[in-house]
Amino acid sequence: MSQRVAIVGIAQTTFQSAKRAQNYAELVHEVVSELFTKTGATHDDVDNIVSASSDFWDGRTISNMAIQDVVGAYMKSESKVSSDGTLAVLYGMMRILSGQYKTTLVVAHSKGSEGTPNLIANAAFDPIYQRQLGIDGLSASALQARRYMEKYGVSEEEVALVSVKNLANARKNPYAQVAGEFTVDDVMQSGYLAEPIKKLEASPISDGACALLLAREDLVDRFTDKPVWLKGVGHCQDCYYLGDRDLAESEALAVAAQRAYAMAGIRDPGKEIDVAEVYDAFSYQELMWTEILGLCPRGEGVELIRSGVSTIDGTLPVNPSGGVLAAHAVIVAGLVRVAEAALQLRGEAGQHQISGVKTALAHGSFGYCGQMHCVWILSNEK
Amino acid sequence: MPKSVAIIGSGQTNHTSRRADVNIPELIKEAVDRALADADLTIDDIDAVVIGNMEHFEGINLSDMWASEGSGAVMKPAMKIATGGTTGASVAACAYYHCASGLFDRVLAIGWEKLSESDTTTGIITAFDPIVERLTLAGAVGGLAIEANLYMTSYGITQEQVAKAAVMARKNAQRNPHAHLKLDLTVEQVLHSPMIAYPIHYLDMCPTSDGACAVIFASEDVARKSAHPPAWVKAAVCRHNHPYIGDVDWRKNTLESAAIEAYRLAGITNPRRELDVIELYDPASFALLSWIESLHICGPGEGGKMIDAGAITMEGDIPVNPSGGVISTNPIGATALIRVAEAALQIQGKADARQVEGVRTALATGFGGSYWSEVFILGRTP
Repeated sequence: MSQRVAIVGIAQTTFQSAKRAQNYAELVHEVVSELFTKTGATHDDVDNIVSASSDFWDGRTISNMAIQDVVGAYMKSESKVSSDGTLAVLYGMMRILSGQYKTTLVVAHSKGSEGTPNLIANAAFDPIYQRQLGIDGLSASALQARRYMEKYGVSEEEVALVSVKNLANARKNPYAQVAGEFTVDDVMQSGYLAEPIKKLEASPISDGACALLLAREDLVDRFTDKPVWLKGVGHCQDCYYLGDRDLAESEALAVAAQRAYAMAGIRDPGKEIDVAEVYDAFSYQELMWTEILGLCPRGEGVELIRSGVSTIDGTLPVNPSGGVLAAHAVIVAGLVRVAEAALQLRGEAGQHQISGVKTALAHGSFGYCGQMHCVWILSNEK
Repeated sequence: MPKSVAIIGSGQTNHTSRRADVNIPELIKEAVDRALADADLTIDDIDAVVIGNMEHFEGINLSDMWASEGSGAVMKPAMKIATGGTTGASVAACAYYHCASGLFDRVLAIGWEKLSESDTTTGIITAFDPIVERLTLAGAVGGLAIEANLYMTSYGITQEQVAKAAVMARKNAQRNPHAHLKLDLTVEQVLHSPMIAYPIHYLDMCPTSDGACAVIFASEDVARKSAHPPAWVKAAVCRHNHPYIGDVDWRKNTLESAAIEAYRLAGITNPRRELDVIELYDPASFALLSWIESLHICGPGEGGKMIDAGAITMEGDIPVNPSGGVISTNPIGATALIRVAEAALQIQGKADARQVEGVRTALATGFGGSYWSEVFILGRTP
C-alpha cells in the first residue's frame, strides 16, 4: 500500500434490546457527534461516507436514506454496504487508497427491536428449497453447532465455557447488553432454544450504532495521537446451500485469515496477536472461529479457554468486550469488533483493557453458518 | 500517483418483463458468462465480486448469498452494495475503488433485478420516512412528477417537447438487442397515454424489467494487456442530498454538482464539445431535457430547444441514450450499471447497431434515492 490508512476516531452506542427513545437517524447522530467531539473533526473534515445497514432489518428500502443528514452526506459521496460492518471498513479504506479521498466516515446502525427476527432471517433462505422449512439463523446455527461438536468431539459443557467467559467479560463493558457471572451449570440449565444451542449460548438481538473515522497517513495527526493502523484485511464468501459444505469447516474463514495475515506480515497468529474480537453470534462459534483463524489447532478451541490463554487475564484474550454474545446489532456487530480492537490498541478499553496490546485481530461474519468472513489485523505500530 | 482503472468487458441479459425460465442465480450467471466471454476471461481470473440489487423487491434477504451460485462469488472476496436506483452505479464505483486501491486486479461488478417477482412501487414507498413522508409519496413517480412539474413550469417546457424525448429514446431502443421495450411511437401516442402522475404520462415513464448486467473492471497493468480496447475510467463521482423531499432545493441538484467534479477530474472544460455520447439515467422522459442542462450540455431551460433541434438524437450533436435508456429498460439493481456498460461499449466500439461513430469520451449517470446522482466519465486513454 502506498499511503497507509488509520482509524483516528471511534464511537459506539450502548446496545440494548429496544432503544425506544431514538430512531435510526438519532442513533447515528449520537455516534457521529461523539466521534466529532473526540477527534475535533467536523463535517468539513469528512471527504466521503460509507454506511452499513440492512433494508430488511430497517424495514426500509434504501435504508441509508434515513441517515443522510446526520452523516453529512449533502453534496457528498456516500455509499452503503449491505453486509457486515467489517466490509464497510474495507470499502472506506479502499476509497482512501484510491487517492480520491483523504478521510472516510464509516457508520453502521440497526434496530433489531423494530423487526421480527426469525421472519427476517428466514427470508434469507431461498424460496425454492429452504424457506418452507421455517429455517432461520438459530436453527441453521444449531445444525452447525451439532456438526462441529460431533466431528471434533466437543461436549455441551465445553461449549458452555465460552458463555461463562464472555458474559463475565461483558460485565466490564459499559456498552454491552447482556452480562453476568454464570457457571457452566447455569448455562446448561438455561434451556434449549434449538438443540444443542441454549439460551445463554445465543446472542441477543440488539439496537445500536457504531462509527469510525478513517484517515490517510499524512492526516492522522489532525485527529489523534493514537492512530490505529489498518495492517491487513481479507474477506471471502463460501457457498450458499448449507448442505454444500461441511458446516464444521470454514474454508472461507481460512482464506480470509490467510489474506489478512499475509498483508500484515503475520506468520504465527497465536503468538503475534495480542487480543482478538471474533464474531461469536453463538458460543460454539468462538470455538470454531478461533481454531480456523489458527489461534489453536482444530478441535482445541476449548483448550484456549481452559488453559487460560483466551481469558481476559490470558496471553491472547478473545472477546474481552463480551463479544457478539453480549451485544448483537446486526451488521453493526462486526464494526464493533473493529472498534473494540481499536479501543484496546489505544488503551481506551476501560475496565476490559488488556495491557501491552500492539496487534489486534477483529473478525466479522455475515450469512448463516458463517457464509462470509472478514478478518482485520490492526496495530498501533506502523 | 494512483494508477488508472479500466473496464475490459461487459455483458447483459436481454431485459424483459418476465424471465420465467431462470431463477435469480441463473439470471445473474447469464450476464456474468457474457461479460467473461467479452473479456476473454474465466471466473477463476476474477479477484473479487461486487454485487447489488434492492432486497425488498424480490423479498430475498441477503440476496448476494443465494446469488453466489451464479455470480461466481463462491470462495472469493465479495461484497454487496445497495443504494436504490443508483445501485448499479454504486456497484460500479465500488468495483472501481477495489482496483484503484491497488488491492485487486480484476473485479466483477454485477447489478440485477427480477421485478416480475416484486411489488416494485410498494418496495420503493418503504424508502420514505414512515412518519412524515410515507403516506404521501407514491413510489418513484410521485417525486419525479413534482420535479418534472417544477422544471416544466419554470422554463415553459411543453408536454410535446417532453414527449419528443420519449419518442426518441424509445426509437433508439429498437437498435439495442438487450432493451426491454422497443417502441415505435408518435408524440400523439405519448400524450394520449394515461397520466400516471401529472405531468408524467404512462409512455413517459420507465418500465419494470427482469435483467442483469455484469462489468469487469481491471487495474492499469492488467487493462493494458487486455486483448480488447479498454474503456478507461476518468472520473467516478457521487453526490447525495437531504433525506426529506421538502428540504430538497430543486435548483441545486446533485447531478450538476457531481458533473462539475467529474469534469474537473477528467479535465473537461467544454462538455458539449468534448463528450461524444451520454448514457443518462432517465427514469422519466422529462429528465432527458432537464438533466442535460444539469450536465452543462446546454444552459438552464434550454432542454426544450435541444430536443426541438434534434441535438441529442443519434444523428445529433451529442447523442443521448443510444441504448434506449431507462425508459426502455429498467431492472432496477442493474439499471445504473447498464449506463456504465453502454458507455464502455461505445468507447470500445462494440455497440453494434447503436454505435455512435468516433467515441473518445463517454459519460454515464445514475439516479435514485432522495435525488442522488452518480457520474462516470470513460475515455479511450487512461
